[in-house]
Amino acid sequence: MALYREQGIVLRTYKLGETDRILSLLTPGRGKVRAVAKGVRRPGSRFGGRLEPYSHVDLQLYEGRNLDIVAQAELITSFTAVREDFALSACAAVMVEAADRVAQEQERSTRLVLLVLDGLRALARHPEYPGVVLDAYLLRLASLAGYHPDLEACAGCGVPGRHRVFSIAAGGILCRACAPTGSRPLDAGVVALLAALAGRDWDALAVAAAEPRLRRAASALVNSFLTYHLGQPLRAWQLVPR
Amino acid sequence: MYEGPVQDLVEELGRLPGVGPKSAQRLAFHLLTVDSADAERLAASILAVKERVRFCVRCCNVSEFDECRVCRDPRRDPRVLCVVEEPRDVVALERTGEFRGRYHVLGGAISPIDGVGPDDLNIKPLLARLADEDVAEVVLATNPNVEGEATASYLGRLLKTLGVRVSRIASGLPVGGDLEYADEVTLGRAFAGRREV
Ligand SMILES: [Zn+2]
Ligand SMILES: [Zn+2]
Repeated sequence: MALYREQGIVLRTYKLGETDRILSLLTPGRGKVRAVAKGVRRPGSRFGGRLEPYSHVDLQLYEGRNLDIVAQAELITSFTAVREDFALSACAAVMVEAADRVAQEQERSTRLVLLVLDGLRALARHPEYPGVVLDAYLLRLASLAGYHPDLEACAGCGVPGRHRVFSIAAGGILCRACAPTGSRPLDAGVVALLAALAGRDWDALAVAAAEPRLRRAASALVNSFLTYHLGQPLRAWQLVPR
Repeated sequence: MYEGPVQDLVEELGRLPGVGPKSAQRLAFHLLTVDSADAERLAASILAVKERVRFCVRCCNVSEFDECRVCRDPRRDPRVLCVVEEPRDVVALERTGEFRGRYHVLGGAISPIDGVGPDDLNIKPLLARLADEDVAEVVLATNPNVEGEATASYLGRLLKTLGVRVSRIASGLPVGGDLEYADEVTLGRAFAGRREV
């Protein structure tokens, strides 16, 4: 069996047999990899706590017919603090669920890996507003997957401006001329908030945490946008405390 | 594919957790060779658990009566509750002989990625108990994995608002193991949870 090495993020795990787990991993070189970690559920397993979801690990894997097998795992970042806080863990669950949806097997995924790591690090650094970090992550993920939301100019004709009609199907905001008749404009604050979430640096998102009413409206739009483009709602999203 | 009853048995066994199609076939062919008496005993015990076993009205553990053996035992300390995910965790903790309080069985753990939230667990019955019973401490003994930690964090936050003392079981090095082989996550937790000697 061929042995290979990849640095990956554990997206999620499934119990297998008495003591094993199947891991769904996101790797830069091979995209989504499914691998078995033998004995990992036994206390005192040599993998210990290294292969829990959200862990960033350096792995040696044996290539298998259906599933690869983890030969060795070294920890790069554990993100323990994210796992030990319910709100952070719920946000991280949405992050990995969304990444799992857009990732493909056998497809280079360096940018996606970096985005997930950025998202997890931002959660760990800003535990006071995990929902904001999550929304910023989801907008970036949409862009990476080819559904960049237009938030600075009309998605129909390109005329610049913070237009206030948002159309999920059109892929962003629409000017008066392009908006279908009767469409309800958003609060200007929501459009500004969405643009800030999509465009600002991870550490400059605090401003976006401001008004709960605008936050909820923006979150709901981000979720609808992702659901539309991913084809199915994100299951973990419902459980994020808001 | 096999004929009639054999195929039915293979399919039924294949629906059990941890049993793949290959194991299901192996089990089915084993059952074909056993004595009728053995097969009847197995079938009868499956029916018996379905008929006789229910959930304890107090702690939600499996029980043959309205209240389980632990809840009925007057020697158990009613002021300390240990919260676990599954009935088999109660069995594991009972084997230690360390815990003299009562239990509360959640029936699972919070797992956002699987869509399993607080409302899917026996959390409302737990809150009802805390309102009715004179509980001083709740020990959170959910698994030290991502679901168990999320559950412990959720419950910790919720229960502290009720003015009850909440603790989390320690996690750390396996007894009898070598420190140098421990992974960093486990070792880190062991260090964070160190105690005075
Ligand atoms: Zn336009
Ligand atoms: Zn009971």
